[in-house]
Amino acid sequence: MKVSLTVNGKPAAFDVEPRATLADSLRHDLRLTGTHIGCAHGVCGACTVLVNGDPVRSCLILAVQTEGASVTTVEGLSHDDHLTPLQASFRKHFALQCGFCTPGILTTAHALLTAEPYASEERIRDVLSGNICRCTGYIPIIEAILDARGAYQTQSAAA
Amino acid sequence: MNAVNSYVGQPVERIEDLRLLRGRGQYVDDLHFDGMLHAAILRSSIPHGRLLSIDTTAAKALPGVVAVITAADLGHQVPSIPLRLAPLIDLVPYEQPAIATGKVRYVGEPMAVVVATTAAIAEDALDLLDYEIEALPANVDTKTAAANQSLLFEPMGTNNTLTYTAVLGDADSAFAAADPAETVIIREQLTTQRHTAATMECRGVLATWDAATQHLAVYGAAKVPFQSRGMLSQMIGLPESQIDLIEGDVGGGFGMRGEFYPEDFLIPFAARHVGAPVKWIEDRREHLLTCNHAREFDADLELLCRRDGQIIAVRGHINGNIGAYIRANATIAPRNVAQFLSGPYAIPNIRLTSSMLVTNKTPTGTYRGPGRFEGDYFRERLLDIAATELGIDQVTFRRKNLHRAVDMPCQLATIDPVHKEEELDNGDYQSTLDRCLAEFNWTEKAPLAGQKIDGRQHGVAVACFIEGGAAGPRENARMTLDPDGKVSVYVGSTIVGQGLETVLVQIAADSLEIPMEQINIFHGSTTYLHEGFGSYHSRSTVMGGSAIHLAAEELKARIKAAAALRLNCSADQVSLEGATARSPTGAIAWAELAGEKLASAGSFANHHHTYAYGAHAVHIALDPGTGQIDIVDYVAVEDVGRIVNPQTLKGQVIGGVVQGLGGTFLEHLVYDREGQLLTGSFADYLLPTATDFPTIRAFTSEEYPSPINPIGAKGAGEGGVISVGGIIANAIASATGVQPKHLPFSPSNVWELLNPTVDEGR
Amino acid sequence: MKLPKFDYASPATVAEAVALLAGHDTAKIISGGQSLMPVLAFRMAYPSLLIDLRRIPDLERIDISETCLTIGARVRWCDIEDDHRLTTAHPLLAAAIPHVAHHQIRKRGTVGGSLCHADPAAEMPGLAVACDATLTLAGPSGVRTVNAADFFLGPLTTALASDEILTHVTLPAWPASRRWGFQEFSRRRGDFAIAGVAAFYDPDGHGLAGNAHIGVIGVNDRPRRLPQAEAALNGTAADAEAITATAAVAAAEVDPPEDIHGTARYRRALLATLIERALTTAATA
Repeated sequence: MKVSLTVNGKPAAFDVEPRATLADSLRHDLRLTGTHIGCAHGVCGACTVLVNGDPVRSCLILAVQTEGASVTTVEGLSHDDHLTPLQASFRKHFALQCGFCTPGILTTAHALLTAEPYASEERIRDVLSGNICRCTGYIPIIEAILDARGAYQTQSAAA
Repeated sequence: MNAVNSYVGQPVERIEDLRLLRGRGQYVDDLHFDGMLHAAILRSSIPHGRLLSIDTTAAKALPGVVAVITAADLGHQVPSIPLRLAPLIDLVPYEQPAIATGKVRYVGEPMAVVVATTAAIAEDALDLLDYEIEALPANVDTKTAAANQSLLFEPMGTNNTLTYTAVLGDADSAFAAADPAETVIIREQLTTQRHTAATMECRGVLATWDAATQHLAVYGAAKVPFQSRGMLSQMIGLPESQIDLIEGDVGGGFGMRGEFYPEDFLIPFAARHVGAPVKWIEDRREHLLTCNHAREFDADLELLCRRDGQIIAVRGHINGNIGAYIRANATIAPRNVAQFLSGPYAIPNIRLTSSMLVTNKTPTGTYRGPGRFEGDYFRERLLDIAATELGIDQVTFRRKNLHRAVDMPCQLATIDPVHKEEELDNGDYQSTLDRCLAEFNWTEKAPLAGQKIDGRQHGVAVACFIEGGAAGPRENARMTLDPDGKVSVYVGSTIVGQGLETVLVQIAADSLEIPMEQINIFHGSTTYLHEGFGSYHSRSTVMGGSAIHLAAEELKARIKAAAALRLNCSADQVSLEGATARSPTGAIAWAELAGEKLASAGSFANHHHTYAYGAHAVHIALDPGTGQIDIVDYVAVEDVGRIVNPQTLKGQVIGGVVQGLGGTFLEHLVYDREGQLLTGSFADYLLPTATDFPTIRAFTSEEYPSPINPIGAKGAGEGGVISVGGIIANAIASATGVQPKHLPFSPSNVWELLNPTVDEGR
Repeated sequence: MKLPKFDYASPATVAEAVALLAGHDTAKIISGGQSLMPVLAFRMAYPSLLIDLRRIPDLERIDISETCLTIGARVRWCDIEDDHRLTTAHPLLAAAIPHVAHHQIRKRGTVGGSLCHADPAAEMPGLAVACDATLTLAGPSGVRTVNAADFFLGPLTTALASDEILTHVTLPAWPASRRWGFQEFSRRRGDFAIAGVAAFYDPDGHGLAGNAHIGVIGVNDRPRRLPQAEAALNGTAADAEAITATAAVAAAEVDPPEDIHGTARYRRALLATLIERALTTAATA
């Protein structure tokens, strides 16, 4: 089946079986391998992408369900060779080790801070409870997201 | 090390992050080759039985299926996976065949490999494979296995494959001579539960076979690629020079990934068999079912101490539930649980036996702090039970028994086979305990023990630990001065996400006295060095770092010599200022020497383990209505000899503590009586999330550098996890007066412990 | 864990969707997919056709009237979280929904999907039963309504026929004077409940509890109200003594499962704790 959608701001197309998940289609058809598959059953959050701005588990969505949608993956978070403020904050706080869960956490955090630039630590933890990390113990991730709020607050004030 | 640069000791931001944060990592499933095919593995659904037949007809007929491989395709003898560590001849009969042949011995054992044009079709084909297994009774626990009623390996006549003995002094005499008026004996049966590393990235193997050059390239390697290459060479019948194992980005290891698994043979075999690249990516269900399991021990232990709290002896027996085969490093945990049970405490008489029992469950291997998490749980439980019995405060009891700095180096128990001696190197165990208690504010928190506040019972506990690291025999590095004036560093150490690239470049930069940006690092793959040894047992900062340091010294010497020829002076008149070589009369940039193809090599050998050490303290609040335990505060303190990057180190400590908490409260690989794994997905195998353990504080120090390596570092990747099980158990006892014996402390288990049924009593 | 093969359709109307269901023996509806997709990933079902509701209009509304609250089957959990009217229009619903799974799941998962999946530990089926909801089903012969109490038949089993679609669920209007409490206990944030309670009562002129509704999840093979516990609470002042007595009746009234997350004995005791806490909140808030 043919699917037309927007990925990271550009038109994209899949020609896939109905059973192909969005996660697999992004990775294999579009070669956007930044989105990782950690469990394929919707628990770990590594595959989180933004669909129409919402952070969702791409392993639980069929590619054929994304006709006309706008999808953002980790590759679409930055537009040049610089790290975004969120990414820079992750680096500053050592909020990643093996990096496998990181893309799903970045997209989730980006969506959260875009919608709620003043999110509290409790709120951040609650939202991030849907992303499993095995390496960091989460503490530096939460610190990084808290520290990145400033950039989103400035952005939202300017808007 | 030198004073020009000072990257070592600084929280340098990680090099790895630049690609990982942008989704530009290259994990094995990110690799693509034209004409690549996909494999799926047919796995036994029966825990123990005779494999009678597999019918591949329907599967082979499915459009898109290219091949279905069974034992019959492997030739006259199916190769077995050799033991990598502690290879005793007695254990060879228990090695795992690369594919099931004759018998199946655990649910998940590979029986066939399907190769197809897509992974989905390969999985469709699995549904079409028919097989016949004549079921045999399954051994699920060590007691059943030890009864030898249903043998996994009939010719061996027993399921008890090997018993280790750890001895120091003379424990039996000490117990025999003990005067009940002056001493007390604590005897307990304690268990730790089966759990596993559960990395975020599942395993994967991508093999390519070049028929023209008869060369096999295998991607997805980790941990010990050179050793795995040696094993693959032996099993597949190709010289090592015709095989390369390539390491890319790796989504976590924790001791589990990178050991040789059946798929590490089957996928390269398949690639040769079909003449095309073959990729196999494990799914999460397979991962929980087939990756090395760990931690399942039951112990019956006695502690003898004087009434003033001085420990005299410990003895007892530990059973390891090893699973169906002895895998590449399966001996490590059973050996360690006995040899290191005494930890940082001066226990003069030890006699511990540790038996490795095969059972019809997934085979086991190492998982962070292998045998140490378990041994420390057993020991710290015994200490607090003894302290309670004697009316001695838990801190005082520990202080009385910790090794003193002046007494080191000092012997640990010697383990047989193969009569391996160990000694603790150096350190002040009292001082890390002091720091831990101070940071935790023990004097203020301790009185809360046993109190009910807002409906919750409060408890506190402290634990001390050692962490062995820097396993030998050696590590290799080489360096080249490249045309652009940069230095390329090639090292045998491997990455698993621990920030090793950054740490090693910090060391290289300080050793070479040039900026980090001038250095490229290449690690792990067999294409880079003649021989490498990999990352395990927290060895790579010490071993890889020291090899790099030595290679750097040699490269600088060669640069000075080459510069001397150009500058018409003697080598000892040349000084290096960053990437420029200066003589009294001139200077030359390193880039200008590139044509000389200057290179160096370093090899660092080590036969002594380092011992980082420390203490943890915890404050819990237990809700008796639900069994839920919250960590109110957790403090971890560790001295690591030399801190190369304080932030990556802290990351290891906190990550380790959280893994330990997962293993203590949440994680359990549960089998039913028939040998079926019930926790086969992340819905049932529960990992810690961001809301579970938000309060952990880590402090590190470098008071006692290691005397055995030029960096002074001690391996420190595993310390965070080691104390956790024991300290939480002791905190529960502190909160409730009830003595826990069995991990994990799920809410239901905690509630049951506090509410025994009438016939259990207490 | 690649999905098995199936065909896919995304009809534009309920009637089309019903016709597709009726025409295919093993067709399944896909709404948010948050329950169905894992089932397919584990190959626990092999539907021949997935019928996606995403193009069908008018299934995504939350309508509040004087007499009832109507939630379309395709309303997502996040839509409920974001609808501020519900804080007063149905505070129990508003309090319970943030317990459903995780943030990302709540951006896709739907009310209809959860109700039709009927996990015995899921919140929405529990709320539907606790609140005497009615479910509206569309089939080839027309539309019918079923009481929640009659809809959930067992674990993952409902009264929905294989050719029917749930279009919306209706909850009775919520009186302002109602006292309520919601308590759920799970291993981690967002996990399925080991036990959960949605309870309310309406105080009479003398401040005594009446019309008690105690709905529980995780402690039976389906969500249930507990009539004996409700009877124990009705007519009391809902003081500590009455609450403790009610909790004890409730613990005896359920038939909890025994599994790797908890023994049956533990679940009974846990339920008693949760009922005490839910009713204490109800009585004192």
